[in-house]
Amino acid sequence: MADALVALGVWRRLVGARVRADWQYRTSFVLFLVSQTLIATLDLGVIAAIFGQVDSLAGWSGMEVALLFGLAGVAFGLADMLVSQVELASKHIKAGTFDLFLLRPMPTLLQLSASEFALRRLGRVIQPLVVLAVALTFAPIRWSIEAVLLIPVTIVSGVAIFGSVWVVTSSVSFWTVESQELGNAFTYGGGLAAQYPIDVLGTWLRRLFTFVVPLAFVAYLPAARLLGRPEPLGWPNAVAWATPVVALACVLVARALWALAVRHHSSTGS
Amino acid sequence: MADEPIIDVRGLGKTFAVRRKAGRVRRRREDVVAVAGVDLQIERGAMVGYIGPNGAGKSTTIKMLTGILVPTIGRVRVDGLEPSRQRTELAGRIGVVFGQRSQLWWDLPLRDSFDLLRHVYRVPAPRHAANLHRFAEGLDLGPLLDVPVRQLSLGQRMRGELTAALLHDPTILLLDEPTIGLDVISKEAVREFLVGVNREQGTTVLLTTHDLTDVERLCDRLVIIDRGTLIEDSTVAGITEQYGTERTLVVDLAEPGPALVIDGATVTRVEGPRQWLRFRRDAISASELLSRVTAQVEVRDLAVEEPDIESIVRAIYSR
Repeated sequence: MADALVALGVWRRLVGARVRADWQYRTSFVLFLVSQTLIATLDLGVIAAIFGQVDSLAGWSGMEVALLFGLAGVAFGLADMLVSQVELASKHIKAGTFDLFLLRPMPTLLQLSASEFALRRLGRVIQPLVVLAVALTFAPIRWSIEAVLLIPVTIVSGVAIFGSVWVVTSSVSFWTVESQELGNAFTYGGGLAAQYPIDVLGTWLRRLFTFVVPLAFVAYLPAARLLGRPEPLGWPNAVAWATPVVALACVLVARALWALAVRHHSSTGS
Repeated sequence: MADEPIIDVRGLGKTFAVRRKAGRVRRRREDVVAVAGVDLQIERGAMVGYIGPNGAGKSTTIKMLTGILVPTIGRVRVDGLEPSRQRTELAGRIGVVFGQRSQLWWDLPLRDSFDLLRHVYRVPAPRHAANLHRFAEGLDLGPLLDVPVRQLSLGQRMRGELTAALLHDPTILLLDEPTIGLDVISKEAVREFLVGVNREQGTTVLLTTHDLTDVERLCDRLVIIDRGTLIEDSTVAGITEQYGTERTLVVDLAEPGPALVIDGATVTRVEGPRQWLRFRRDAISASELLSRVTAQVEVRDLAVEEPDIESIVRAIYSR
């Protein structure tokens, strides 16, 4: 545990170094930040357009969907900033720089996350954060101590779940570099899917996003709990609190698969 | 424990599976043997040159010593550890310099890279400060510490890489082509520094190189690998005596002419005014030979070519 904290401290320093280095190219940094924020706002536009036509989506009102959108968006944006860069592992393997990570006494995932950290991705967090703040103010949330606790736990768990999806798809790329596109379907596709009530999805997709890639836990189930809506899958209402457990399971699976991928790299050298 | 070799390699082999095109869609799996049955013991504090032609298996061996690559067969022990299983633990005890790959932070001042590595390797601040002071002095890095790495020359950067590899006081230093691309003065600075580190800290050094002068200046022992197998393992003096004695004096004459006839040398090539004279350095010195040449003809320019690794490998095979 103490060891993990020290490692995180080192990670923070490495991230700081990366940010300082990027800051030398400020103009491109600012332009990218703005463009990222605009792109993130487009997603919001799609939902706004839908609610221009209908009053509710699978029984969820506009503000309720906004809560969902905010929770999923913040988790996705943070995971995008903190973890998504691990998909650049294949670039480092090709350039031979992955070996340098292996030569240092620090977990490879942390080194990769730090060395490819891009603060400009913050642009993808700002907009859902605003939406979340609006939704928390206006959505019909049943406020209680439990609700107040559930919100940060949900966000941290959501980051872990999305992050795990990235680590898993990046691990697969150690075997087949061509898997990148398929990986994007799960990461970016998942990020998009988590913003909608899963009731709008067909049964097949609903199961996929509950059991295989557990995106329903990122926002949908906690949001239902916060809003006092009945669990759509007929589960006990407290299932929202399964989110951190699911997140932990995801992290363990992702870590094991990553270790396997690194071992594969060590035996093939490619 | 102290008497045990710090690097102990027995029957080491590495085979890569390579997919080659066989027809439009089909791929044929082919096994490529990179290292085959290498035995190597290196005692603590030694400086060993590990040389061989391109693709001979040098880098693959080094990667297996660090734990980056898992051996297909054989046993590896480095400082009492098994690299592929205890890679992270071993990482704190070895320093590695790949001549072609930088481990410094490109856009940041050199000093920042060193500070980051201090945290990665968890070196206590006072020890880091003492080491940095010593290396900065030894490698004349002082004025460069605040310069971004991307603005450093190759020679300056290599001095930075060496420092980066040594700041955590490794017991073993693995160098893959540390002088590649450097100018003569930088090469000499790097060599002098390495000799000092080895002498003062007792750091064991294993280096691969294409430059035989590196080996002559640095190493007591020379191991030659070719096509994955060790073909020679002896003292540097022994090998240069046996195989590295032939040098070539290249002279540009004032006017083209027939091949010179000089006692103690043979002309191996004539190209216009340029002639190549091969001689044995134990038989005649370069300056003596030159004076014999200038006694006959006028010389505009000259160069002395040292034997290269490829020619030594050829000589070993033809023995």
